[in-house]
Amino acid sequence: MSGYPETVRLQRTRGFGRTLSPSELWRYRDVAAQIAWRDVKVRYRQTVLGAAWAILQPVGTMVVFTIFFGHLAHVRGEGGSYALSALAALVPWTYFQNALMTGSDSLISNVALVSKIYFPRIFIPAGVAAAGLVDLVVGSALLLVVVGAYGRAPSVGVAMLPVFALISAATALGVSSAASALSVRYRDVRFVVPFAVQLWLFVSPVAYPDSIVPEPWRTVYALNPMVGVIEGYRWAALGTPAPWASIAISAGAALVLLVAGLVYFERAERNFADVL
Amino acid sequence: MSPTGPAIAASELSKQYTLGVGRRGYDTLRETIARVGRRSVDRLSGQRTSREPRETLWALRELTFTIEQGEAVGLIGHNGAGKTTLLKILSRITEPTSGWADVTGRVGSLLEVGTGFHPELTGRENVFLNGAILGMRREEIRRRFDEIVAFAEIERFLDTPVKRYSSGMSVRLAFAVAAHLEPEILLVDEVLAVGDAAFQRKSLGKMNEVAREGRTVVFVSHNLAIIQALCRRGIVLEHGRVVADAPAREAIDRYLRTLEQAAAADLLQRTDRDPRSWHDTRIRAVDVTAPGGHSGVVIGGRPATIAVDLTEELPGMDCRLAIVDSLGQLVTTLDSELSSPADRRERELGPRIECELPAVAFVPGRYRIDVVVRAKQQIQDGLQAAAFFDVEPGVFDGRPMAASSGDGIVAAPHVWRLPE
Repeated sequence: MSGYPETVRLQRTRGFGRTLSPSELWRYRDVAAQIAWRDVKVRYRQTVLGAAWAILQPVGTMVVFTIFFGHLAHVRGEGGSYALSALAALVPWTYFQNALMTGSDSLISNVALVSKIYFPRIFIPAGVAAAGLVDLVVGSALLLVVVGAYGRAPSVGVAMLPVFALISAATALGVSSAASALSVRYRDVRFVVPFAVQLWLFVSPVAYPDSIVPEPWRTVYALNPMVGVIEGYRWAALGTPAPWASIAISAGAALVLLVAGLVYFERAERNFADVL
Repeated sequence: MSPTGPAIAASELSKQYTLGVGRRGYDTLRETIARVGRRSVDRLSGQRTSREPRETLWALRELTFTIEQGEAVGLIGHNGAGKTTLLKILSRITEPTSGWADVTGRVGSLLEVGTGFHPELTGRENVFLNGAILGMRREEIRRRFDEIVAFAEIERFLDTPVKRYSSGMSVRLAFAVAAHLEPEILLVDEVLAVGDAAFQRKSLGKMNEVAREGRTVVFVSHNLAIIQALCRRGIVLEHGRVVADAPAREAIDRYLRTLEQAAAADLLQRTDRDPRSWHDTRIRAVDVTAPGGHSGVVIGGRPATIAVDLTEELPGMDCRLAIVDSLGQLVTTLDSELSSPADRRERELGPRIECELPAVAFVPGRYRIDVVVRAKQQIQDGLQAAAFFDVEPGVFDGRPMAASSGDGIVAAPHVWRLPE
């Protein structure tokens, strides 16, 4: 920001504004870093369990799923073991769920910032999605350790884990940015989001294997980006067949969701400070 | 940096707010869906429904002005005159509805001290977070870190989470971060009113330094003395319009005149009331009298009565009077909630509150009274500059009073012992 000062014209934005322009985002990059870093630190400081929380959530859910779905309901697991199959799905799912729910609430919970200071507001939900990645890394490492303890070797799909993380982050950000922008205007959105997340859980192959979905429908099924992510995680950790088609479709769907969410966010952003 | 054109040039800048249902800007999704549904049903059945009219408010109307680089300008006006809205537009928090403003240079805004502090983070972490949010480079913060911490006087608590800070400490830290910004344009809203007296003086000194360094400062404060000290130019806003743009002293005089006109007019007609008011009762008139004297004139050292007439009598009312001198500096606050055994509640008083001063202790000059009336644990009504009064020189506690505000603002009873 050195050099001679530039002139910015402040006026009503028509059509697409500058708020998501790359140069604007780059100019405020320090804010983005600080906000994401704040979210990470606060997350680990507020909880008694700290980093253990990142592990406890997927593992706890896995135990419950394994008892009720695996043993009592005799749901088959992918790649042989129900417990491993569930854990492989729960690691990315937990990240996605937290990023989506916290992200959707993020503008409301940062009212003071939004109404008092200017910076690209997309950093608030984006910071949440980025901060959660720390949990995802911890969870993924745990998953590989557990798989190793069961005497299995991960497949080459491990190299693709960052891609899967990216797909879930893009999906979470796309949906949560739109939901957070909506919640500024409509306060009951915060009650809708948890319900939507619950439904989303059941249309994703978390508690059951993805192979129960019959062939002609698999393409449609993979339009849910979490399908590609979860199948990918199972491929990486458990050596199930590489789900290239699902990954490609899911990545495309995630991109569409991300763009649509950001577009809506950008349209809504100019009124945030007036409504909050 | 060479001066190239004005720092801020605004042209017909306007801002309109939509007042939502029930004073909220937001709706619920459910209501909206229901409304849209109802409207389409009506349309299908051939009924014409009028859209619910939305109330709108012009917070700013066609402001045109320029501020040169290095100028320090004070924005003066009543509550709701548009000062804060203007700062919000200039700092890009909100967009104008029409018109435009060209802003040249990096803008730092201080609209509220401590915005963006996170209670779980330590003082050190918050300095970096807040600095970044306010627009400082990481490098810059690191370079000025020691200076910031020293200014805030919190060295020992750097690694303590801010939630354990006293409010004074966090306010000091927040101001210190903000004051060490190095923007070309600094927008400041009412932030010098924080901390204890010593810190306020220090903050004022810092702001003075910023203004003298040739940076552009746009400054909002109710304390006209601070505006006069910091700014060479004043812009007076009234109902969203510029009514005066003049050297600071002149602008302040102009503003004081409008205040007095407002106090002389019917108080019930005034719209600049405390926005938190519940209005179960309203302030009808405020009057300052000396026994047997004219309204609005009292004599130093002699008794005086401040009477607040209200529209309704409510059970358990309380009243707070702030006496403010002609430069906007608070002289004293008289608050009936801090009760004394001598206070009385009288049935026959009616919708009226009286405050008796046994001896006026303010030095000669002109003062105004800001009034807040409370009942039922709520603010019922509040008016700034509800009345003005002049203090004539008199004898206080057997001693002639100092003649002008150059000798301070209050008199104190005292006795000397001197060698013969």
